[in-house]
Amino acid sequence: MRAAQAKPAGAGRIVRLAGRLLGGVLVHGFLLAGAAFMLLPFVWMLVTSIKPPDEIFTATLSFWPKQFYGYENYSFALTSAPLLRFALNGVLICACILVVQLLVAIPCGYALAKLRFPGRQTLFVLTLLALAIPVQVPALPLYIALADLGLLNTYFAIMVPFFLSVFAIFLLRQFFKGFPDDIIQAARLDGMSEFEIVWRIVTPSAWPAIAAFAVFSIVAHWNDLYWPLIVISDVKLAPPPLGMMFFADAETGSNYGALTAAATILTAPLVVAFLFARRRFIDGITMTGVK
Amino acid sequence: MATVALKGITKNFGPAPVLNGIDLDIAEGEFLTLVGASGCGKSTLIRIIAGLEPQSAGSVMVNGAPIDHLRPHERRVAMVFQSYALYPHMTVAGNIGLPLTMQHLSLWERLPLIKLLSPRRRRVMAEIGAEVRAVASQLQIEALLGRRPAALSGGQRQRVALGRAMVRHPDVFLMDEPLSNLDAKLRVHMRTELAELHARLKTTFIYVTHDQVEAMTMSDRVAMMDAGHILQLGKPAELYARPANVRVAQFIGSPAINLLPARIGEDGAPEVLGCRLPMATGLPAGSSATVGIRPEAIAPADAGKPEAGQVSLPAVLRRAENLGAEFILHFDVAGLGDQPVLCRVPADHEHGTHGRTDLVFDAAQAHVFDAEGNRVEPSGLAQRASGKPVRLYLTGGTER
Repeated sequence: MRAAQAKPAGAGRIVRLAGRLLGGVLVHGFLLAGAAFMLLPFVWMLVTSIKPPDEIFTATLSFWPKQFYGYENYSFALTSAPLLRFALNGVLICACILVVQLLVAIPCGYALAKLRFPGRQTLFVLTLLALAIPVQVPALPLYIALADLGLLNTYFAIMVPFFLSVFAIFLLRQFFKGFPDDIIQAARLDGMSEFEIVWRIVTPSAWPAIAAFAVFSIVAHWNDLYWPLIVISDVKLAPPPLGMMFFADAETGSNYGALTAAATILTAPLVVAFLFARRRFIDGITMTGVK
Repeated sequence: MATVALKGITKNFGPAPVLNGIDLDIAEGEFLTLVGASGCGKSTLIRIIAGLEPQSAGSVMVNGAPIDHLRPHERRVAMVFQSYALYPHMTVAGNIGLPLTMQHLSLWERLPLIKLLSPRRRRVMAEIGAEVRAVASQLQIEALLGRRPAALSGGQRQRVALGRAMVRHPDVFLMDEPLSNLDAKLRVHMRTELAELHARLKTTFIYVTHDQVEAMTMSDRVAMMDAGHILQLGKPAELYARPANVRVAQFIGSPAINLLPARIGEDGAPEVLGCRLPMATGLPAGSSATVGIRPEAIAPADAGKPEAGQVSLPAVLRRAENLGAEFILHFDVAGLGDQPVLCRVPADHEHGTHGRTDLVFDAAQAHVFDAEGNRVEPSGLAQRASGKPVRLYLTGGTER
């Protein structure tokens, strides 16, 4: 009796287990395919950067180079283009933009979240509307203004359109909304000014949001080609993508091995930085509810 | 130490008034409790005193001088919040010391890096450190000074919040439900500690709570609030013994007072469930009223002691709650529907089980409220020859 009952139950368990296994294989297969699709261009870039020129242009598609040509490609890229200069330009531009964005957006987000003043709601709606305006729209007036002021071809010209980040204001406002009012009122009773409350009490709690925004901001401006292309013609001031373009035009022509080597060198810092900040990045996105 | 006076404090959020002209005088060193159900305006009132919320009209005076124009930290008041409101990224020492650094260091002495240039900063910080340790030792939290609030229990956070208030030596302590987030046992303990702290500091305390036990046990005076008004202001014993309003009677005392519907008879005496109370109320005949009897003022009659004035009313024991030292008896009385009449009796009381019985109370112990809920002082309580007030019986009828 018992054995007869146990048998179908055992069979059912095996079916369930197999079903779960099959489901897991399917889900993971799907995710792996997606990841491979995303990663393929990067992998191809890495592989190309160690191929000799004749292997890059062969009619047959081969993944791994027969002849390792990495040293030649990388040394050519490093010697014939000021890659370090481009990278430093990128670091300087991204850092300055981020610092000014935070200096502006933190007090703005705090005011929109926690201070009561007439017109607050209107200002917040305007902020949301500004999120919908692409950077290309004000490009022309900004260019004319910078040209009239004689500021083209400066670091300032690359950075100035991005000093005010509406996205940062919005993100931080959402984050500050959840900060307990009691703590702010206790700080007021203890004699803190609003500015000190912002910087000494509220900001230290907002690190996840700030880190998340920093990733967005740095990625966007490290990779930005559109605006630097408009305002920069001096190679010495070029951020990485624009530098790559100059490099491709002037020196290498169709030397794709060297070009991909340069691209690898200029992408690497960002990838490494992201790997370090990954935990914070995900925390920030889940905490701020921006998904 | 300071006196606090509120003159016609009014507060409107939109069209709805939250506070309707509150007048209150608080003496030097007094422990005054604002008590009431949530939404009665007590927290708003304490925030107005602190300066965290502007009043729509009226004035707050400390030591006779208005302080309405002063910002919160200039008012020499300290506040303890229900959520403790500790700064999460600072240590306990940092939390307690913050009000002092704000007072004693200038703005540039508090800026990062630049502060290192100040020659006197180190000395001031040492003084503040000593002060913080002194306060921490009073509260027995010296061992916690290096920890952050997240690593503290509720009771410890409560003490840190108290320390942050004490370190400023304020004129007035404001406490907004400081014990509500603690568990029941710790709350009882902290109640004693707060009362002892008040006795030691002799500072004016204004304490907000929705817990009538806290109000009764700690306060010199209690102000019972409801819908933006002060219903009654007085010593805890006064609120208990002579509630000015039916809502005060309901709120103060545990278990809550028994409220029985009554009608005023021809001679002005209230009649409860057909039983006439021998007193004159001055209320118009035929109007409705409410009679309140505290659970400790009513008890099952001792068997075999019937007295004059008995009215036959069914009172059947529904259930008995054993509290150890005493019982709370729930009786069904005909005419009250599902609402039980509660009696508090000593533990050695013989109440049997689910039987019918007579309930007896002294008419002098009854509180009479008119149709609007205001207290009516009875006159001409019929006195018996012995001088004792007439006892009234709600007598059990036939068994159900």
